Amino acid sequence: MGQGMEQRLTIEASGLDGLFAVLEERGFTVVGPTVREGAIVYDRLASPADLPRGITDEQDGGVYRLKKRDDDALFGYVVGPQSWKRFLDPPVKRLWRAERDGSDFRIVPEEVPREAFAFLGVRSCEIHAMEIQDRVYIDGEFKDPGYEARRRSALIIAVQCTVAGGTCFCVSMNTGPKSESGFDLALIEVVDTERHVFVIEAGSPRGREILEALETRPSEASELAEAENRIADAAARMGRTFDAEGVHDLLTQNLEHPRWAEVAGRCLSCANCTMVCPTCFCSTVEDVTDVSGDHAERWQKQDSCFTMDFSQLHGGIVRSSTRSRYRQWLTHKLATWIDQFGVSGCTGCGRCITWCPVAIDLTEEVAAIRANPPDAVEPHRRGKP
Amino acid sequence: MNKWHNPYRPVRTQVLDSVVETPRIKTLRLRPEEPIVFEAGQFVELTLPGFGEAPFTPSSRPSTHDELFLTVMKVGKVTDAVHRLEKGDTVGLRGPLGKGYPIESFKGREVLVVGGGCGFAPLRSLMYALMERSEDFKKLIFRGGCRTPADMVYREELASWAEREDLDIKLTVDVGDPSWKGHVGTVTTLLDGAGLDSADGIAIVCGPPTMMKFVTAQLVKMGFADDNIYLSMERNMSCGIGKCGHCRLGIYYVCKDGPVFPYGKVKGFPDLWA
Repeated sequence: MGQGMEQRLTIEASGLDGLFAVLEERGFTVVGPTVREGAIVYDRLASPADLPRGITDEQDGGVYRLKKRDDDALFGYVVGPQSWKRFLDPPVKRLWRAERDGSDFRIVPEEVPREAFAFLGVRSCEIHAMEIQDRVYIDGEFKDPGYEARRRSALIIAVQCTVAGGTCFCVSMNTGPKSESGFDLALIEVVDTERHVFVIEAGSPRGREILEALETRPSEASELAEAENRIADAAARMGRTFDAEGVHDLLTQNLEHPRWAEVAGRCLSCANCTMVCPTCFCSTVEDVTDVSGDHAERWQKQDSCFTMDFSQLHGGIVRSSTRSRYRQWLTHKLATWIDQFGVSGCTGCGRCITWCPVAIDLTEEVAAIRANPPDAVEPHRRGKP
Repeated sequence: MNKWHNPYRPVRTQVLDSVVETPRIKTLRLRPEEPIVFEAGQFVELTLPGFGEAPFTPSSRPSTHDELFLTVMKVGKVTDAVHRLEKGDTVGLRGPLGKGYPIESFKGREVLVVGGGCGFAPLRSLMYALMERSEDFKKLIFRGGCRTPADMVYREELASWAEREDLDIKLTVDVGDPSWKGHVGTVTTLLDGAGLDSADGIAIVCGPPTMMKFVTAQLVKMGFADDNIYLSMERNMSCGIGKCGHCRLGIYYVCKDGPVFPYGKVKGFPDLWA
């Protein structure tokens, strides 16, 4: 090792127990996929037995269901409704508490979290999503101390996608299906009638140290070939495609396109897309007190630009129509996000399509705007206040 | 604000005084435990634990560092509670947040400040900053309009400004009353034929969205360059540090990149005057 290419090693599927033990020894809380209420969610895992064995997910616009696979694959599905942001930036968290003393009070900020997570089963699109959120929470002028602490301590164990979902389009967004960086360890699951193994590689010194503590053997050439085949197969089977070329200008120059009103006729403004999106980060705060009023707390909660309250001012609501809210969301996600953070806010994970109750598909919406000639009204409107 | 601190932690701040300006507007005189040194145009987030937080641009002199004034109109839950504050109470402040006016770049030029109603409060700190160095500008002009004389904050102070040699000030109300001897009409009527240097001049506008929309349209018609018209954009600024998403306007977060923007930078963004 250490001479150019990282040597690829193999562990048996049964060796995942050893991985859990090594992670726990090092003080990590293992979080990964598990089946709950008919969906694959991310939660604390006690052992590999908690992983969704022999299960896959069928996804399409507004459709998500689990099905049995004809093998014992542990990672034979794509992404569920949740993303790792649930752990890096919990949807509900306390920012500080205040203790009153007469007319005075004392503010006690929330302590920086100490728990270190080992995220097991992180997909390439999800690593990209974390890196996108890093730009929001860490790279700016101000840092979010809670996010930064959780993110810096988290161990990323990627799983390379060997299946593609019905709403996946990471290939179009250049975010997958293979993780090339951003992980501490990466696994490729190879399962067939003869074997059930993981090809494993380290992507960081921390990952290498853990890898050395595992029971491994050098990978066989056939395993490596099969592993790469499966990733290539996933890449070829994307459920959706998206033409990202020039989408920034396409959207910002078509703010009055009739399609916005058309999609608003279908959109329920339910905010599901923003809740499941791995990069959406909007939040609000709410103060709570006890009955005496001597103890107050400020809580930060996940919020969505699809709610009416989101743009409320004392004089009224800035975006009172669904049309303006859908436009606000999509133009940000795919266009102005690039101006603000240097990357698109979309990773092509497909969650917003799958979990939309009326199956609105952003790949279709953008294609519809692209298919029609650029709005002729807008350039004239632009010069006038 | 020290960027390395927890940006969500408010600084404990003493209420030194609370002064009634109009039936709906009060000015708080505040002393933060850690000094908050702001530039004209920057804002702070005022916290009342248990009630919430709201953004305000200080209405006091930026060059005064140990105290700051917030002029607050009663419009909702937090501001109702602000109006109940008394001398000796404690509040929280975060800031300064956002970017100030680029006053240095106004040197040698004519500066026109146009205020509407509640926009007077943030403009007062700017006017202090400008008047402290009025010799730097070719001319300093203030045009202010309110709905009625009773809605006009700092009325005595404005009268004293009228005595100044270095300021050309005119005020108006939409609807007069017996106490009002001045001009009646919207603030746009004070801009007509004022002999303004629209070619190179700077215009600063702060007020309700509708007022800003019409004033901006008029300034553009008068020949002011889009980038020389500074607008104070109002959005739901919650976190104040560009992380909560509420105040996004086009490619900006109003809190972090503004709240003051040259018109040329925001022109054409959707829902601009909403």
